[in-house]
Amino acid sequence: MTLELSHLHRRYAGFAALDDVSLRIEPGEFLALLGPSGSGKTTLLRILAGLDYPDSGSVRQNDRDLLAVDARQRKVGLVFQHYALFRHLTVSENVAFGLRIRPRKSRPSRAEINERVERLLKRVQLDDLGKRYTSQLSGGQRQRVALARALAVEPDLLLLDEPFGALDAQVRVALRRWLRNLHEELGLTSVFVTHDQEEALELADRVAVMNRGRIEQIGTPEAIYQQPATPFVCEFIGKNNRIPLQRANGVLTGGQRQLGADPWPGNAVGSAIGYVRPEHLLVSSAPSQGGWAAQLRHIYLAGGVAHLELDVPALGQVLEADMSSDEVAQRGLQPGQALVVQPRLITAFPLNAQGEADAAARHVLQPQAAP
Amino acid sequence: MSGQHASRPLSWRHRLLRGTLIALVMALMAVLVLLPLAAVFIEALSKGAAAFMDVLAQPETVSAIKLTLLVAVLAVPSNLVFGVAAAWAMTRFEFRGKALLGAFIDLPFSVSPVVAGLVYVLLFGAQGWFGPWLTDHGVTIIFAVPGLVLATVFITLPFVARELISLMQAQGSEEEEAARTLGASGWQMFFRVTLPNIRWALLYGVLLCNARAMGEFGAVSVVSGHIRGLTTTMPLEVEMRYNEYDYMGAFAVASLLGLLALLTLVVKALLEWRYGDELAARATRGH
Repeated sequence: MTLELSHLHRRYAGFAALDDVSLRIEPGEFLALLGPSGSGKTTLLRILAGLDYPDSGSVRQNDRDLLAVDARQRKVGLVFQHYALFRHLTVSENVAFGLRIRPRKSRPSRAEINERVERLLKRVQLDDLGKRYTSQLSGGQRQRVALARALAVEPDLLLLDEPFGALDAQVRVALRRWLRNLHEELGLTSVFVTHDQEEALELADRVAVMNRGRIEQIGTPEAIYQQPATPFVCEFIGKNNRIPLQRANGVLTGGQRQLGADPWPGNAVGSAIGYVRPEHLLVSSAPSQGGWAAQLRHIYLAGGVAHLELDVPALGQVLEADMSSDEVAQRGLQPGQALVVQPRLITAFPLNAQGEADAAARHVLQPQAAP
Repeated sequence: MSGQHASRPLSWRHRLLRGTLIALVMALMAVLVLLPLAAVFIEALSKGAAAFMDVLAQPETVSAIKLTLLVAVLAVPSNLVFGVAAAWAMTRFEFRGKALLGAFIDLPFSVSPVVAGLVYVLLFGAQGWFGPWLTDHGVTIIFAVPGLVLATVFITLPFVARELISLMQAQGSEEEEAARTLGASGWQMFFRVTLPNIRWALLYGVLLCNARAMGEFGAVSVVSGHIRGLTTTMPLEVEMRYNEYDYMGAFAVASLLGLLALLTLVVKALLEWRYGDELAARATRGH
């Protein structure tokens, strides 16, 4: 089942929740909508579920106009952020709800419903809790009841709103892996909303990064992380050092060091912004071309990885560089030490006269290529 | 709170203040509430149980009881339906004039019942705006049962609606949305999800609404016309007997209203004790 969303607009009093969103959801894929709060991701999910409607634009499902279909006929399973379980029903009754309310013609027999509920509860590992009320369950258990309830009606599309948002960290990671396995078993097209990039990058086949009602970038988790397409994605996904760059006479410089040829010839003079990931900063003790003199301010040891805080006077800012904790120990790095840092990979965007970055003119530099 | 205070020794001034306040409230309650209530029953039975039963068996009393029940049977369900509809509109939709609707729902609590009764006389009375037209079409509202029902509906309008609005606000609409995505029709959603979630608050509202509907005096008095055996409800019957110096009879009828009040109190306390969390709009959500 392919879903084709085109040019969706949705305005709420005063602000645009969706601003010209187009998106194609492939059959069987696990898609994450990732963005900060207010980026429009939940609105998009609710439109897919039929609980909200766009002001303009279309949603087509295999050449069928999905927006013309009422929520109750869409065959979409929705798992709410706070689960929205029916508090007056038991776990089993919650799961059976979608089957029991069917008109008599299409309703399975009582025995069939019971059997299906049992099978689903087994699948979500709650087979001995069917008679409990949902208020007697933990967060992770409620989440799985909500999932079983949504799956009971055999939806074509599964939607999850912040599926792990209300859980504590340990349960979250376990449930995440479990959900990924379940998705692979069922092969059901699934879309989930999250503000947690780790969750999105680990779980999804593809990630759509949203900001202010627009999709900034859509791609595989690797592409999103390795080739961020816009300044927003650079700043939102992972850590990035933001470095001001200058363009003059066909040369791009940063912190008085030449980084390479100006990738945007045409306008002779101007400025640009560059993003360098901590793992793409080469830290050495010997001065080398293209490197900035730096002073090691602090070493944060986080298990196998060490984060180095480096004061770079040429840039007037502090950069963060990552290296393995072993390497820090081998080289005997100490706070206060004088070092040289060199960017190996810079994602750069030219700035216009108003200081706005031009995402379309994105350029990736690899300064270490120069000897 | 009380537990914390008990564990900390209180100074004698504190203890004195606390004791005085409690005694004061207790004494006030005794004088203002318990004593009159006891007086009603004592006076009602002052000439013996036989005389008491005799008053209750009189046709005027029987007719007043029947009329009171009839008015309640008509007014309470209409307010139940209105209350649910109003609460639904107030908590599930966004629309212009929502604040105004909320204010109007509360209006009967702030308007004097006598004024409410007079307004109905002005509108539907023989000399009223719509009176002549209604008379031409053979409809009598004022000094008849329809007027009593209208006035009672107006007076008891806020009870159910107010109780539900705060609860439904707190519960939110997610469960209803979940029901819709699972394929429920509007009625299925209402009867299988909304109603079970609000049932105890609804019952609570209906209980208070009923107590007021049966006990209402002011508005009903204006539109009734005091036609004995036809348009006198129990509170009006009490007044008429009292004005005719039939004190024992007045208190006998009043004791029935007193019993209703006690019964309401007991059921109300039971509801609050058993389903307090569902009434107090403390909706438990998966946070």
